[in-house]
Amino acid sequence: MNNTRNIMIVGVGGQGTLLASRILGGAVIRMGYDVKVSEVHGMSQRGGSVVTYVKYGEKVHSPIIGDGEADIVLAFELLEAYRALPALKADGRLIVNDQRINPMPVITGAAAYPENSLDKLSAKVNTTAVDALALATEAGSIKAVNVVLIGVMAKSTDIPYDTWLETIRETVPPKFLEVNLKAFELGYNHA
Amino acid sequence: MKKLLLGNAAVAQGAYEAGVHFVSSYPGTPSTEITECMANYPADDVFVEWAPNEKVAAEAAVGAAIAGGRAMSCCKHVGLNVMADAIFTDSYIGVTGGAVFCVADDPGMHSSQNEQDSRHYARAAKIPMLEPSDSSDCLNFTKLAFELSEQFDTPVFVRLSTRVSHSQSLVEVGERQAVAVKPYEKNIPKHVMMTAMAKGRHVIVEERTRRLADYAATSPLNVREDNGAKIGVITAGIAYEYAKEALGDKVNYLKLGMVWPLSATLLRDFAASCDKVYVIEELDPFIENECRALGLAVEGKEHFTLLGEYTPAMIRKAVLGEDEPCCIRPEETIPNRPPVLCPGCPHRGTFYVLKKLGLTVSGDIGCYTLGAVAPLASVDTTICMGASISAAHGMAKVQGAEFNKKLVSVIGDSTFMHSGITGLSDIVYNKGANTVIILDNSITGMTGHQENPTTGKTIRGEATRQVDLVKLCGALGIEHVTVCDPFDLKAFEAVVREETARDDVSVIIAQRPCALLKSVKYEGHCEITDACRKCKLCMKLGCPAISVDESGAVHIDATQCNGCGLCIGVCPFGAIRKAD
Repeated sequence: MNNTRNIMIVGVGGQGTLLASRILGGAVIRMGYDVKVSEVHGMSQRGGSVVTYVKYGEKVHSPIIGDGEADIVLAFELLEAYRALPALKADGRLIVNDQRINPMPVITGAAAYPENSLDKLSAKVNTTAVDALALATEAGSIKAVNVVLIGVMAKSTDIPYDTWLETIRETVPPKFLEVNLKAFELGYNHA
Repeated sequence: MKKLLLGNAAVAQGAYEAGVHFVSSYPGTPSTEITECMANYPADDVFVEWAPNEKVAAEAAVGAAIAGGRAMSCCKHVGLNVMADAIFTDSYIGVTGGAVFCVADDPGMHSSQNEQDSRHYARAAKIPMLEPSDSSDCLNFTKLAFELSEQFDTPVFVRLSTRVSHSQSLVEVGERQAVAVKPYEKNIPKHVMMTAMAKGRHVIVEERTRRLADYAATSPLNVREDNGAKIGVITAGIAYEYAKEALGDKVNYLKLGMVWPLSATLLRDFAASCDKVYVIEELDPFIENECRALGLAVEGKEHFTLLGEYTPAMIRKAVLGEDEPCCIRPEETIPNRPPVLCPGCPHRGTFYVLKKLGLTVSGDIGCYTLGAVAPLASVDTTICMGASISAAHGMAKVQGAEFNKKLVSVIGDSTFMHSGITGLSDIVYNKGANTVIILDNSITGMTGHQENPTTGKTIRGEATRQVDLVKLCGALGIEHVTVCDPFDLKAFEAVVREETARDDVSVIIAQRPCALLKSVKYEGHCEITDACRKCKLCMKLGCPAISVDESGAVHIDATQCNGCGLCIGVCPFGAIRKAD
């Protein structure tokens, strides 16, 4: 059996999950771990569900995370958190952005969005909810939701604060750096 | 230096280190980033281009290799179908400079119209195929592929899959090896494939395959890992990583880095060393059938599916009989979240009108395939690149003129350049009267914004000549070509009505740039006013920003809306406006 640390980032295409996984991957290699980051590109990005796997440890083989294997699920949206629930270990941690984005079957009335999903999730697993949109707005850009959420998650890892800051400096374009550093700090302190 | 690289980026790095001189590709998920990454290397080192289609790209690479350069062309699995004509004969010609063709399969069809297994091409075209398992393999195998290509005088395939292409893992990055372009030499028996020469070359190809199988027996590409176990696993590519995670050192492994040709000696020896042997490979029983043909009693597809991607849990269950770890299930059905056309997508205007007019829509490959999704549900067929036009020609010929008056083809600008032009010339030549709508959004959208011959820029962003679609259609002999903005719904509807009614072939160029292009700036967002009568006409747009709540009231989500304003034009009561 593997003893890697498994983090799953889920969200809706266009929410910036790829940047989040790149920051996480970057921070992890600074720690000297072996790491694999598995992304989804293409058709799935067009407003569909997106899933990124980040696995690190002494040696990582499979880049994917199966049911019951995730230590952390970082969800950018409530419904996607719900969808990713089976991936969590029984003692895993769910960090969820308290945002609802209706998928097309809900918009057209073909399906219903689960009600009170946050309460239901909290009842099942160790859940941290965050209004990342509000914190991102406070940081100066609604686009910084992804970095706010990375900030919240950072506290649940063994990676030091400064390592995260170094990684963000290297990953984010200079003109968005200030906003993103602020966003990270707000997220980190929220956790 | 160790770097975290995407499999595709590692292939590019491997090619760069191998001294590649020429790369020509057409984008296709999951292969696109290989060529995009190549364009990040200095132009003095390597010429990189987007070609109009995979066949052109492959032919250009074949030419570059005949002329003594190291050349590469990359595509997705279905792109290889388009390349195939060039590749099968290039197998006979061989190379002067090394030639490598990268093909990325898409098990699970994350972004594809079928799930074909490209390994069959290696056998059919008699071309060796390497298959990396992670980014480190991607770099090393690609480098080696150029060496093997020149050593054995053959093009070489590097086969990837979505999880290898789109996973990042650590690689050791090296320096570029300076390789000179070899002098061009005229060699008619080797380079001119007509009957007499091809007969001679075929003999050489068969002999080459025998030598390659000998090489496979001892190649460092194929790795035996003896854990002193009774069970053996023969595997390749991403399936190796899954097997390794699932089974650890409980089994012996034969990891095939070269999946064609296979060495009978290697397979026999490995099988003889174990009591029981599983072949674990995604998609078709390619290696398994070869083992069975050798008379080896392997097990494979009786345990493993032909469909989709594998997982370590699936392998653990099949080989060790261990159940999947228990997990927490939601109590209710979770609605799907299929991909949709983005807010502000120009295609939304087009499909709204086509649906309203009740037309049959012969569709094509691109973002606009999503015009088949509810509530637009406008597209009738999607087959392959370019088929919107040629398939509509066939439809019109069997169903007749009245049917044709309710039939249109829709095809993107890049797809039209890829293989729409030939279909259109078929209609003109054979007296068709179809209406073709070219969805010109100024970019290749689906694969993530690549330039194409209509955009006026090269892959490196340099200004270049631009194909003029109006003049091109005119040159094909089409007398009715209209350019129209699909967001001007009234004008667009009038044009579609007029052109479909016509007893002659016509082209409508629906021109509006992709909403995700940086040059496109829509301001603010839209909102619903008190004038709303809940008629829900705006809901027919299928815009992800517009929804109806339980009371029937319509809302526009400001975080989703990009302010394109298409809905303002749809509302009959003037109840949608730009928010202040």
